[in-house]
Formats: sequence, C-alpha cells, structure tokens
Amino acid sequence: FFQYCLSGHPTLPCNVLKFKSTTIMLDCGLDMTSTLNFLPLPLVQSPRLSKLPGWVLKDGSTFLDKELKECSGHVFVDSVPEFCLPETELLDLSTVDVILISNYHCMMALPYITEYTGFTGTVYATEPTVQIGRLLMEELVNSIERVPKAQSASMWKNKEVQRLLPAPLKDAVEVSMWRKCYTMPEVNAALSKIQLVGYSQKIELFGAVQVTPLSSGYALGSSNWIIQSHYEKVSYVSGSSLLTTHPQPMDQASLKNSDVLILTGLTQIPTANPDGMVGEFCSNLAMTVRNGGNVLVPCYPSGVIYDLLECLYQYIDSAGLSNVPFYFISPVANSSLEFSQIFAEWLCHNKQTKVYLPEPPFPHAELIQTNKLKHYPSIHGEFSNDFKQPCVVFTGHPSLRFGDVVHFMELWGKSSLNTVIFTEPDFSYLDALAPYQPLAMKCVYCPIDTRLNFIQVSKLLKEVQPLHVVCPEQYTQPPPTQSHRTDLMIDCQPPPMSYRRAEVLTLPYKRRYEKIEIMPELADSLVPLEIKPGISLATVSAVLHTKDNKHVLQLPPKPPQPTAGKKRKRVSDDVPECKPLKPLLSGSIPVDQFVQTLEKHGFSDVKVEDTAKGHIVLLQEAETLIQIEEDSTHIICDNDEPLRVKLRDLVLKFLQKF
Amino acid sequence: PVPCMPPGAGQDVGRSCILVSIAGKNVMLDCGMHMGYNDDRRFPDFSYITQNGRLTDFLDCVIISHFHLDHCGALPYFSEMVGYDGPIYMTHPTKAICPILLEDYRKITVDKKGEINFFTSQMIKDCMKKVVAVHLHQTVQVDEELEIKAYYAGHVLGAAMFQIKVGCESVVYTGDYNMTPDRHLGAAWIDKCRPDLLITESTYATTIRDSKRCRERDFLKKVHETVERGGKVLIPVFALGRAQELCILLETFWERMNLKAPIYFSTGLTEKANHYYKLFITWTNQKIRKTFVQRNMFEFKHIKAFDRAFADNPGPMVVFATPGMLHAGQSLQIFKKWAGNEKNMVIMPGYCVQGTVGHKILSGQRKLEMEGRQILEVKMQVEYMSFSAHADAKGIMQLIRQAEPRNVLLVHGEAKKMEFLKQKIEQEFHVSCFMPANGETTTIFTNPSIPVDISLGLLKRETALGLLPDVLKPQLMHGTLMMKDNSFRLLSPEQALKELGLAEHQLRFTCRVHIQDPRKEHETVLRVYNHLKGQDYSVQHLPDGSITVESILIQATAHSEDQGTKVLLVSWTYQDEELGSYLTSLLKKGLPPSSS
Repeated sequence: FFQYCLSGHPTLPCNVLKFKSTTIMLDCGLDMTSTLNFLPLPLVQSPRLSKLPGWVLKDGSTFLDKELKECSGHVFVDSVPEFCLPETELLDLSTVDVILISNYHCMMALPYITEYTGFTGTVYATEPTVQIGRLLMEELVNSIERVPKAQSASMWKNKEVQRLLPAPLKDAVEVSMWRKCYTMPEVNAALSKIQLVGYSQKIELFGAVQVTPLSSGYALGSSNWIIQSHYEKVSYVSGSSLLTTHPQPMDQASLKNSDVLILTGLTQIPTANPDGMVGEFCSNLAMTVRNGGNVLVPCYPSGVIYDLLECLYQYIDSAGLSNVPFYFISPVANSSLEFSQIFAEWLCHNKQTKVYLPEPPFPHAELIQTNKLKHYPSIHGEFSNDFKQPCVVFTGHPSLRFGDVVHFMELWGKSSLNTVIFTEPDFSYLDALAPYQPLAMKCVYCPIDTRLNFIQVSKLLKEVQPLHVVCPEQYTQPPPTQSHRTDLMIDCQPPPMSYRRAEVLTLPYKRRYEKIEIMPELADSLVPLEIKPGISLATVSAVLHTKDNKHVLQLPPKPPQPTAGKKRKRVSDDVPECKPLKPLLSGSIPVDQFVQTLEKHGFSDVKVEDTAKGHIVLLQEAETLIQIEEDSTHIICDNDEPLRVKLRDLVLKFLQKF
Repeated sequence: PVPCMPPGAGQDVGRSCILVSIAGKNVMLDCGMHMGYNDDRRFPDFSYITQNGRLTDFLDCVIISHFHLDHCGALPYFSEMVGYDGPIYMTHPTKAICPILLEDYRKITVDKKGEINFFTSQMIKDCMKKVVAVHLHQTVQVDEELEIKAYYAGHVLGAAMFQIKVGCESVVYTGDYNMTPDRHLGAAWIDKCRPDLLITESTYATTIRDSKRCRERDFLKKVHETVERGGKVLIPVFALGRAQELCILLETFWERMNLKAPIYFSTGLTEKANHYYKLFITWTNQKIRKTFVQRNMFEFKHIKAFDRAFADNPGPMVVFATPGMLHAGQSLQIFKKWAGNEKNMVIMPGYCVQGTVGHKILSGQRKLEMEGRQILEVKMQVEYMSFSAHADAKGIMQLIRQAEPRNVLLVHGEAKKMEFLKQKIEQEFHVSCFMPANGETTTIFTNPSIPVDISLGLLKRETALGLLPDVLKPQLMHGTLMMKDNSFRLLSPEQALKELGLAEHQLRFTCRVHIQDPRKEHETVLRVYNHLKGQDYSVQHLPDGSITVESILIQATAHSEDQGTKVLLVSWTYQDEELGSYLTSLLKKGLPPSSS
C-alpha cells in the first residue's frame, strides 16, 4: 500500500494509490492559482493594461521589463496564463491502470495526464461529471484561445532570475512545471478514455480490486470512491457536502469499516456559513441594483450558480428586481443550463419529484422562459444588442485572469455604483483583484463553499470509524492566518497521517486473508469433524489454480490407472505430484487404554514403566519400546515393518489429525 | 436450486409476473395485466405465490422492468388490494411514467366501463410510495445477501433488465428488450455475467425481422400514399414508446418532403409524454443525447394536439391515438368513424393480444361485433408493421451469447413459437431451456462453488511454490478448513492447531537396522552416506557422525555383542512416514560392496 501524493492543493488533489497489484490515480486536479501571477487577458484591447510599466530590478536593470509588468505595487507576468500541474516525476505515470474522478472540478488536469505521460488505462467518472467537466474545459480552452497572445514569457522562470523577483513570484513553486492550457483535441482525446459509471456500481479491476463510486453530495454527479479487495477497504473522500443543495445527498453509511480513509476536499472557507453567504449575496446584489449600479458575479458555469439562480428566482419579485436583466455569459452557458435539467437521477429528492410531474428540476427554466435570465456565448454578437444597465452578470473565470469577466472588470471598475461579488472560494479575492487596482467598484466577498467543515468531519469520522485517516498536511494544523483556531483542523484518534506534494506514504494495513473458491466437487468430498462444540475441521488436499488474481481449489485428479501392458507410463506433466501429505497430529494417549488396546491386539507381554515426563511401554519379546509423553510418542523397534505399522495405527487411533 | 414460477406470462403475452426463489430469497418479477380479459384473468393469480400468510412476509422484493401495463398494470391491485408492503424496485423513468399509465388505465376501466371494485387513484399513490428508484448498473443491496442490478433494455424509455444475485447464484430477468438501437432508444446491453438462469421474453421467438430501414421506408410510403389520395391514417399507439419513435420518423419526413397534411397526437398525455423524454434524455440513444442542447428531438413542429372534433374534418390527416391495441378509448372511437371508408388506413405498429379489436382485424376479420350487437364493417386498409421494440430471434440469441447463462427460461411469448426457439437455444448453446406454463414451477439446479477465506500465510506458501520453474504445473495444496459460526476459513494445519489452542503431538519412529560390517562405525556411516547420496533427496553428513536424509536422521552404533554387526538407528516423524519407511527397507537390503 503506497500513496504517491502528486498535488499539494487540498481541494484539487491528485494521489496515486498502489493497492494490491493495481495502480490507481485518485483525481487529477489542476491548480489554477498560478494564473494569479499573470496579467488578465482582455477580450477588447485595454489601454490601461497595455500602458502598465515594465518591472525594473532594484539595481535598475530592465532586462525583464517585457515579461513583467507592475500594477499598484504588484508584479505580473505578461504572458499566456499557465497552470501548475500535478507532479509527473514521482512515479512513471504510464503505469497508472485507472484514474478515478470524484467531481468535475477535480479532473481539470486530465488531458495533461492522459495525453502526455503514455497513459493507456481507463478513466472512471459519472455521466454528469464528464458532461460538466467537458463544459468547464471547453470554457477554459475557449477563453484562452480566443485571445491569442503573441508573447510567451519564460526568462523569469530561470531559477537565478526568479530569486530576484518580489513575492509572491519569488516563492512560486515548481514554475518550471507550469504549463500552458491544453487544446480542444486534447480534451476530446482525454474524455474519450472515460468510462461512465453510476453510483454504487461495483467495478472489478483485474479481478483483484473493486472500486465503487458513492454519492458525495457536493455537485452534480460528484462521488467519493471505495477501493477494496475482499479484506481491505480504502475510502477516498473528496469534495463532499452534507448541506441540502441540488445534488443527491452524501452516502455516508458505505464509508463504514474502512481500513484507511483518505480525506481531501474540505471547505476552503471553514469560518463562513454558506447559508449566511447566500443571504449576503442577495442583499448586496439588490442594494447595488436599486442604487442604479451593476453587479458582476465571477463564477464557474456550473455548480453554485444553479443554487444562486434558484435563490434569486425566489427573491427577485419580493425584492422588486423583476425588471432587472440577469445575464449569464459563457461559451457553455446554454449547455450548462440545459444539462442541469436532464440529470434528474443525480439530484436531491425534491428535484427528482419535480421531474416525475414532469417539470424541469431547476427553476432557471422558468427564469429563461420569462426572459428574466438570458444567456449568451460571449459579450460579442447578440449580447451587445440586448445589453441593458443596470444589470446582473454571471460570467467567468473566477480568477479574473481570462474570460468575459475581464471585460466587465475593465468596464465597471471605475464606478463606485457597481459591485463585484465573489462567490467562488477557489481564489483569494484580493489577489484576483490586484491587477485591476486602483478600483472604485465595490467588492463583496461572499464565498460559498458547501464542502465539509471540521465539525462535520469530526462527526463523520466518529460515525464511520476508519482505522486510519490520511489527509493533506494543511488539515492537521490551524490555518496560517488563524493559528489560535485549533478547532479548524482534523481531530481524530489515532492522529491523521498527513501528506504533502511529492511525498510517498506507506499506508498502514494488516491483511491476513484472501478469498478462495472451493469447487462443488471438492466441497462434496470433504469430511468435516467436530473438534470442539461449534467448530468443525476438514483437511483439504486440493489443486490450487490461480488466474486473473482469482484463486480456485479443485479436486486433485485421480491417479492414472495403470493399464495392462503399459508399465510405468510416464505421468503426464499437467498432473501435479499427488504425494499425500501426512497431517499434523494432536491430542494425548491415555496409557491404560493404550495398553488395553495392545493386549486386545495380541501383545501379551506389555510392561509399563513410569518416567519423569510420562511412561514407557515395553513389548519385551519384540524388543520394542514406546515412549509416551503429553505431546509426543516415540516408537523404537527393530526393523520389523509390519509390527511398526501396526503399532503406528494403534497410536493414531488416539490422536486427531489436522 | 433456483425454483422459478410464472403466475402470469408463462407461454403467454400479457400480465407478466414471474416468481423466482434464489438461495432462499423470493423475488417477484413484474406485475402486469392482460389486455385481452376484463375478468379475474386480467391480473396474475397471486394465490400461486402463497396460499397462507402475507405476501410481504413471503416476498423479499418486487421488480418492475418497464412501464407497459402488461408489466406493471396489476401493481396497485397487488400491493394495495391483495396487500404487499415490501420494496418495489424500478428505474427512475419507470417510476415517473408508471403512475400516469396506471391512472389512465383506471379511468378507462372505472369511469368509462363503470367497473367497481377496482383500484383507486389513492391506491396508485400509496403503491408508488413503496417504490425505490434505481440507477443503471447500481448495485442495490435489498438486504445483506440479496442484491439487484439494472441493465439498459432499450424497449421503452427507462426499460431495464435486472440481475438478481445472492452469493454466487444469480438470475437475469430481461423484461422486454430490444437489441437494435432505434430512432430514440439505444440497444439493450449486458455484460458477461454468467447467470445460473436467464429469463428472457420471447415475443418474437420465430421472427427474424428485416432491417429496420426497410420497415421505416415502407411505413412512410404507405402513410404518404394514403395522405396523397386524400385518405386518413390512424396509428393506434401507446402514449409513450413507439409513439415517440414514429413521431420522430414522420416529423423528419414531413420536414424533408415539405408536406402539409396535419399530423395529430391524440391524448393530453402527449405533451407530457414528450416532456418525460426531454427530462430523461440520458436514457435515449447516443445521437439524441449528443445533440439535445442544439435541437431537442422531442420538440415537434409538425405534430399538433388532437381534438375530438378533428376526426370529422374533411381531407387527409394522420392521427396517433391511444391505446395501441384498439381495445378501448380514443383510438377505438376514431377507428369506428373511419373504418367504413376504403380510402383510409389503419397501421398497427405493435403487437396485439388476443381478444382485442386490433388482434381481430389483424387476423383478417372484417366484420366486427361491437357493443350493442352492432356490426362494424371494416373497409379501410389494415396494415401491420412491427415496430414494437422486442428482440427478434436473432436478438434473443445475441443476448444469450452476451450473458452466457447456464440455463434459459422463456416467458412472454406463445407456446408454439417458444418451442421452436427452445430447440434452437439448446442446440446452439448446449444449455437447458425451459418454458413453464402459468403456475408451473421449473427448478434449476445450481452448483455454486463455496467462497472461503484462505490465510495469506498458506496462500503465499503455495503460490511461492507455484513460482518455481514448473510454473504451469498446478500445485497440490494442503490445508485445514475450519468451520465456525458459518465462517469458512482455510488455514495451514499449524495455524489451525494454534487457533484451537491445541499442541501438536509428535509421533516419532526409530528403527534399528542391523548391518554386517566389521569396519569402524564412522566408516560404516560413510558407506551408508555414499549409498544414499546418489538419490533424489538432500543427504547430508553431519560433523557429529550422523546422516540426515531430508529430515530423517541416521546414526550408527556398534552392536553390543557382535563386533561384526553395526546397528543403524533410523529415526523419523510421522509426517515423513513414506521416506522413513522407504529408507529402512532400502538399508535392510544391505550396503553395496565398498569400493575402497
């Protein structure tokens, strides 16, 4: 049991498990916080951005001023944004047999893994995960590809140069591993390697391991995974939620009796209550619009946005917002809204019941029908004709570095009437805003992260009682900014094993048994004997066949009958050597009864002598001596085979065979 | 043994209902009604299941394969009137659509025909509360031992085949299925699950249907010709299923040919029905699923809702009307209106059970006796076109090949046709094939292997042996099977002893072998060593003057009285009995003359 930890990001994990003879990758999250070090990609030429001064070293050298720009005291790379990939050197990724995906946010590095490492295995994910994951990738590729950037900066990555840069660039890790975005053909190739699975579906891997996705309650189709053999069970918990939002509730019961529970994807904002945040979101939105300002909501095209739209659906009439247009702008906006309505089976009970009526499960269908919500592939084209202010715009990317959101930041940033409301928890909002400073626009931070918090985790662990917990190191200490909050860490017994990027853990487990099948013919031939009340034994001599990691016991073939005329025919090779092995013996021999038995069998001159540890039985005429002790019997005789065999069988009558 | 008994659907189509017992678990598969009867025979005879005692106590679960009434029509009667409170499993689309069809059926029976003592709307609701929806391929643990798993069947939206499994024994029930993808659904699929018994429908046991494309072309041609000459086309269908496929077909044809004749769909259910298809689009075929964002195939432009008054409109039209077998409702009303005109046409796109008007006209009857002894003369053209999505003989064989069952049992078909298929299956697959009548029990004998836990120590010891050069040669292994509280564990004998807290009893033999040899003892020992060492086993001469052959110890002493005789003491344990016995007899024959 080994766990190779390829990502240090606790909510965008990438671990590889060596379990029995299989190599299983658990998620392949893509750390996009690296893009915060880059300048935004504007859709429309931005005079402000293009006029930013180049960065000059303290000693006045300007050799980096083409690559690095300065904005309000922060330095940014002026290049196509790059992402921090999972570790690829820790082990040979071409040996990975399968990849298990837990939710659509945790598969964004998939094309890098499947298309660049020689990977030949299978990827398993649920249908909503694949469909929405595809949308996220499509949006990502689209927003980067439609703004071709001539420049590709690399000089700053030189170790000697990086040392001289200001923070956070100076401290950025593994910059040599940062990669540009993949392309659509790579996305398609990667997704074609996925096999769709359903919750509680048992998938056999090479006969040795069974994997099963379980509902995790966090997003459409999101899952936790059970990886088990007959005797070991590893639970992989990633991005789970106990709140009632739109997805099917989390399946906790199936996580019980785990030997090891790998815990990742907890809430990134443990101190914020999602319900309170939604309330704040609505009131800030209403206030801004009432004052004639516009609201910008940087978001992913799927996930929390469904819940926000549902809240707004209930809220807009009472808040007097019926005439305010809501725009959802993304190349995949339409697809995302449509797809959300067809995954009834993956939704919470209430939404499922709606489909039985039949009504669309999400009320955004009605918002669209009544023209309150409009969606567009981009700010170009139709949108520019329909655009009315004040309005509310949902658009990506939450990092504020690419996508249509860049345009609205530039457009609305100068007015204090407008508000940008951050709801996605993946990026620090201050870092996201840095290249837009100075900013007049109001900024509201309402991160909505429905994933497990530490109170829920400790309740969960008490409930499912894993023998060992493995988690990212971040969860074993309070957050750096709140070091006194010892309640913001995992508390369990035995303490969790923690991992960090590029580490290899040996997982603790003790395995004592394996499954084997006894064929019916062999079972019929066994003769069980009751040794103790309720316990029976049968000695088994059988042929072991092992194929595809499955073991089967069969009746040994009958010894070939010697046929007349052919003496000593060579035994064919596929017949095993069937030397019947003698069993172990147990029990003790009561001397008196043994002597009686000897006499019954015609030994008339039996004499018994006591010794320190037992007795010696003498057969005087035969010059034979039998030493009997508690746990041993020794027959010493002349070379008289019939006599020896007779005595042997008499002794065996008193003993049990194993 | 797996006993299997159909209270309905044995050598018959309609009121599907099969009872299977597997390792002590009783499962009822489907709970259908028969369209051809209006009396007691319309529901399966549940008294076959248990005469005394409650059904809930006897049955572990009920599984419904799809929403057609001949598979679920008796469910409220069964659960609310006969009485069953256990779990009922079906897929999500079936759970969504089933209550609507049941309500429809109830309305026709009670409101139109005025029957009493039938199930009520409330009973349908109460019955549906007992339903647990399942996902495709999800392993549902009914209880600790019984698990079920649904596979895609492609017959109608949400239709599923079910695997029922207890330990190593398993049964697959196909329900109705279709092995060729059509315009709106995909093909049935199952993995090589090797069930002990495959219970398959056999509606088209003897038919090998021509390609779907030909049938579609034929259908379009007939509809087109009739409309061109100003006739009316009636297509009796069930609201969900074939209707959608034919609508897609006509819609695209009308679009391509730019036809203007109106197409109507009869009941209020239509729009709702299409809505189900839109919401459960993940259950349709790949093409529809892929393109649904751009164009939802179930939003029809040319097909409008039908109003009763339209039937008397002059001019051509195409009407889809329910129900599909012309046994009641709107399709029968329209049929009566249009039957007298030879310009018109009725196309029966699916199977009709005996006793229905549909069955009568298909078997050539042209004078029908209607209610009130009226005689209806049928002059309109009658066409039959098999669009029902059942597997044909080829498809059934294909499914058997996929699943590799050990036994096959045919239901949901006609006896004569079943007989033919049964022979074919037995010939081609060499498995037993059964076709019980209603109430007749077939028992399949299974011979399951027994899973036990083997201690890793023992297995490693054996597999390590297996890794020796002779890797292909199967190894004999020895162990002790310990049976305790229903747990079976295979241990090494040493482990078994230890676990039982017993000590090993060592049985040892020492034999005196007398050898004529005047030489010194150590020289005798050397002679013995030289004599034995050529053999197959490991022989060692130890510094203390003794010899070991494997674990057998040989020592030499001088004879107390006779200097010319040496005594060899050969000592071994019971576990080395063969070798010990062999060596003593070998030594007894004396030593070969010394070469020195």
